Amino acid sequence: MNSSLQIFIDACLINNFVLAYFLGLCPFLGVSTKTETALRMGAAVIFVMLVASASAYGIHQILVYINAPYLHLISYVVVIASSVQLVEMFIKKFSPTLFRTLGIFLPLITTNCAILGVALFQTNREYDFIESLSFATGAGVGFTLALLMMSGIRERLELSDLSSVAQGAAVTLMVAGVLSMTFMGFAGMGR
Amino acid sequence: MTNETKQAQHENLDTLTRGIWRENPVFVMLLGLCPVLAVTNSVVNALAMGLATTFVLFMASTVVSLVRKLIPKQVRIACYILVIATFVTVVDYLLQAISFEVHRALGAFIALIVVNCAILGRSEAFASKNNVGKSMLDALGFGGGFTIACLCMGGVREVLGAGTFAGIPLFGPSFAGWSIMILPGGAFFVLGAWLLLFNWLRERKERAEKFTGTSFENRETSKDLGT
Repeated sequence: MNSSLQIFIDACLINNFVLAYFLGLCPFLGVSTKTETALRMGAAVIFVMLVASASAYGIHQILVYINAPYLHLISYVVVIASSVQLVEMFIKKFSPTLFRTLGIFLPLITTNCAILGVALFQTNREYDFIESLSFATGAGVGFTLALLMMSGIRERLELSDLSSVAQGAAVTLMVAGVLSMTFMGFAGMGR
Repeated sequence: MTNETKQAQHENLDTLTRGIWRENPVFVMLLGLCPVLAVTNSVVNALAMGLATTFVLFMASTVVSLVRKLIPKQVRIACYILVIATFVTVVDYLLQAISFEVHRALGAFIALIVVNCAILGRSEAFASKNNVGKSMLDALGFGGGFTIACLCMGGVREVLGAGTFAGIPLFGPSFAGWSIMILPGGAFFVLGAWLLLFNWLRERKERAEKFTGTSFENRETSKDLGT
């Protein structure tokens, strides 16, 4: 139990997926203009990460059993794409309201490298099933945290007076750099 | 006749060079940022990443362009991803054979080339609509642009962070590296600084054009965008 809590904190704060591993930068830069959409995107990502992590664990067991490690990548990609599709159909059937609020963000999660990153890292580090799930939750919560902070800052940034050269992606990346530096403060927590 | 071949040549050259500068995937289109930020803490890693991505992009564009008439429209994205994933697996094993050290430094990021949106973007936007030769040129151009962007990042970060360029010390033993440049935060700062520079250059050019009136070059680019 202790170790899965450690994995959670490690994935969420110490090695934050966005700010330390640079995974999922596209939605981080693209969807972080409003706090509300950022929160919804985060929730969807956590959910898909959990599904993808659980299925990746199953696939890893099968591939180890039939001794075909070179199929890892291809099968992960296919499974993530189809599980996003499945989640989409599921939500559409059982909660149309939620489906409408998530909108376009749901299919876009397929191309989020953080999801594939979770599947690959948990395989590389040989986590068991519970550890994998806590790793996926930590990564998702960390992603949501970074997205929320960024969107809060960007909402304020819109009102500030910037030189036209700095507007857009340039200043967003600078802010992300400062955020990343603050997250380095968590580095000691691992030991 | 000669005029026509000259025009075709010009078009091919444009297909090749477009990705390197005018539509650079990283600095202009902001695609595929994850690997550019993550593994560019040294020049060697950056070069390996750039070359691996170029290889995957080139092979994927070629194959997609070859089979573009066989793939049904509805499942095309899934097919492209399968093709890309196959070549990424090839590159993963290739790099492991060539240099185990670099492979370990890049880690999972080699596998993550699959979800590099620059590659899928070129397959969808160019290779699925053009013939093999053109798609190859286009892939080479964009791969080159990506590699150059990786090198720009890796160069700045290694020189400032460790005082070396590709392992060769530059400043002598008394130089204290800015360790922040090697750490994640530095990657964001360096990319932000490059984007600032590019924005500044673009704005200066626009101002100059406004001052001198519509230049010949400007007319030509606007015609290119129209077609």
